[in-house]
Amino acid sequence: MPFALTDEQKLLQESVDRFVERDYGFDVRTRLAESETGWSAENWARFAELGWLGVPFDEAAGGYGGGPVEAGLIAEGLGKGLAVEPYLWTVVLGGGLLARAGRNDLLEELIAGNLQLATGFAEPQARYALHDVATKAERSGGDYVLTGQKAVVFNAPSADRLIVPARTAGGQTESRGITLFLLPAGADGIALRPYRTMDDGRAAEVTLSSVRAGGDTVLGEVDDGMALIEPAIDVATAVVCCEAAGVMQALVSQTREYIGTRKQFGVPLSSFQVLQHRMAEMFIHKEQTQSMAYMAAVRAAAGDGPAASRAASAAKAYASEKGKLVGQEAIQMHGGMGMTREMPISSFFKRITMIGSLFGDADHHLDRFADLSGGRTG
Amino acid sequence: MDLDISAEDLAFRDEVRAFIDRSLPSDTREKVRRGLKLTKEDHVNWHRILHANGWGAPGWPVEYGGPDWTPMQRHIFEEETGRNHCPRLMPFGLKMVGPVIQAFGSDEQKAQHLPKIASSEIQWCQGYSEPGAGSDLASLKTRAVRDGDTYIVNGQKTWTTAAHWADWIFCLVRTDDTVKKQEGISFLLIDMATPGIAVKPIITMEGGHEVNEVFFDDVVVPVSNRVGAENKGWTIAKFLLGHERTSIAEIGRSKAQLEKLTEIAAAEQKDGAPLIDDPRFREKIARAEIDLMALEMTLLRVVSAESAGRVPGPEASLLKIRATELQQELGELLMEAIGYYSHPDTPEAREFGWNEPSVGPDYAVSLSPAYFNLRKTSIYGGSNEVQRGIISKMVLGF
Ligand SMILES: Cc1cc2nc3c(=O)[nH]c(=O)nc-3n(C[C@H](O)[C@H](O)[C@H](O)COP(=O)(O)OP(=O)(O)OC[C@H]3O[C@@H](n4cnc5c(N)ncnc54)[C@H](O)[C@@H]3O)c2cc1C
Repeated sequence: MPFALTDEQKLLQESVDRFVERDYGFDVRTRLAESETGWSAENWARFAELGWLGVPFDEAAGGYGGGPVEAGLIAEGLGKGLAVEPYLWTVVLGGGLLARAGRNDLLEELIAGNLQLATGFAEPQARYALHDVATKAERSGGDYVLTGQKAVVFNAPSADRLIVPARTAGGQTESRGITLFLLPAGADGIALRPYRTMDDGRAAEVTLSSVRAGGDTVLGEVDDGMALIEPAIDVATAVVCCEAAGVMQALVSQTREYIGTRKQFGVPLSSFQVLQHRMAEMFIHKEQTQSMAYMAAVRAAAGDGPAASRAASAAKAYASEKGKLVGQEAIQMHGGMGMTREMPISSFFKRITMIGSLFGDADHHLDRFADLSGGRTG
Repeated sequence: MDLDISAEDLAFRDEVRAFIDRSLPSDTREKVRRGLKLTKEDHVNWHRILHANGWGAPGWPVEYGGPDWTPMQRHIFEEETGRNHCPRLMPFGLKMVGPVIQAFGSDEQKAQHLPKIASSEIQWCQGYSEPGAGSDLASLKTRAVRDGDTYIVNGQKTWTTAAHWADWIFCLVRTDDTVKKQEGISFLLIDMATPGIAVKPIITMEGGHEVNEVFFDDVVVPVSNRVGAENKGWTIAKFLLGHERTSIAEIGRSKAQLEKLTEIAAAEQKDGAPLIDDPRFREKIARAEIDLMALEMTLLRVVSAESAGRVPGPEASLLKIRATELQQELGELLMEAIGYYSHPDTPEAREFGWNEPSVGPDYAVSLSPAYFNLRKTSIYGGSNEVQRGIISKMVLGF
């Protein structure tokens, strides 16, 4: 049936929901977020066992032949529990790049749960432009020497390998001339400055000082890294929109529960029509974010190209804008309780806020959508 | 109608500016400007500096040690201190319990408390809200039972801002539960050092500690610490809600935030050009500035009516709603301006004197926490829903 999940996809969805309901209570999540690495190796091993790490990859690469839709369903389910495991960074983005570069050897390791990845797709001056790459890779014999800084590299503190776009030709903002390098995280000249993120994740500033990289560390074609990273980021964008839908669902259901129980003036808050209508709005935005996220995931599954990019930008512009609104409303309706760190709702709010700017904020994607649609803006 | 302020008021504004320039400690200014963590001492020191200049109790009449300013002068003072990065004066003594004691207190209470509020010798906090009594404040349950010339107080207050800094707390307590809920409430002044009081911190989502739970377990309070008559506390609570509401507009602080936004948007890059040249972002800044103008003009009309002797009524609700929405809007744009550097959470860098280079640009470290924290403004002080209810009822007559 069109516009509906297959039986297999439903089963996958149910298994993620079950995992989150049974094993990912908010106190468990808090403990993991506070732990040294910030996520659970045990859970990761379970994800491997359940097949979630291999879901989006081809059978030829040892995967289970799914794609962006299946990855999106997993992210959506994990979003409902605010899972801190780096599924997006290692499996969706990192794994996506390895798959595009045909590195099945490493995918095997990843699918088995033995490889963590981080991708330095942002630079301090670049804002959300993937093609703004000042990090240089200069030829030196058969090798390259990399120098530059990567901003806010998510999952870098846990990564075994880093995927680093660097400029091998062209000017700083040219799309052509970017090459992707796959570097061991501990390579000489790589310095990490790790920190926590606002939504309890982990990231680092990554400085590359004359890092020597052999020719075999190049992923894909020299100078043509954008052909890999742009579609991979589109997929990751679609998947993070699915996560946003999951987070929004949690925001809506927790707020509904709260105002249904909390009494003021002798009645539940939910008896006030102004709050009822605002919750109805929240529900509408959550539902439509889910629609947009699925659309983007399905378009991505159909193959790279402008249709996939357009759908990813449309979904992200929508999810960023409405996610912000739903988050703010959820806090407001919780009153003082919503402001506390102790109440789960505030952590969901922080996550939806931070998703807002991941891979570009609403403005960025509005522009990109308009450009891809042949319209001109600004 | 005239849009220019008078020559005297202009001169007063210059005087305030010059004083701030001269007297505000530079480290305090720096903390406020950069949104770093302020200590109790930062607030108290600034208050004492003002006091030494005769400005310790800006809104008070001269008989209680105030400068006897006109409504316009008070507005100018609020605006200039906000705009020029002065710490907020804690409102609980100056704007809340002080005016209550002036209007309803005994001579002993006036003599005991007012000078120490004006000089910032004693810090106060506000014990109104309870776990079960937020928007429906009148349903509060903390009980004060008469025992000779004392009350025995039992119960719990919550969301008590700065209880951990305070020497005294003013509380609404239930003294009669056999009557209509508004009619059995009294207003008590309680020394925080009294045995039986426990303060427990509440950590807000960005990791800050401003609010607390306050527990009362058989706390003995002299009856002479009651303000007004027994069971007339609700009248006092309502008086307080209408008092000094114009300062809620936070015009000066929002102007400072708008300036900061403009600076940051000029420093941030988008597609190789300053973010401030991006049509979408430019438009958002313009919109915020227009919102600020609308609020300022409305405020000035209210101030002018006040000068003519009118007590602001439901306009206070309008100001509360628009001011807090504007603060939140500016906070949102500030966070948006810094792109990916809204993600790192580096609480150590939000402490003054932290000397290592920050993860992203210096100005970025406190912007997401501020965005999170600012959600409170539409919740506290009578939530914006409650304020809309007041307008519906009092103005629209529904
Ligand atoms: C940071 C912070 C500092 C504070 N400082 C102090 C302090 O120093 N002293 C003090 O006494 N209190 C303080 N408060 C408490 C504050 O006044 C209350 O949070 C506020 O009154 C709301 O009450 P509540 O939190 O119980 O929310 P609730 O009353 O439970 O309200 C929850 C939501 O429902 C909405 N709602 C409630 N009733 C209605 C209605 N009839 N129609 C439509 N919507 C409605 C509210 O607007 C809100 O959005 C502080 C709060 C915060 C967050």
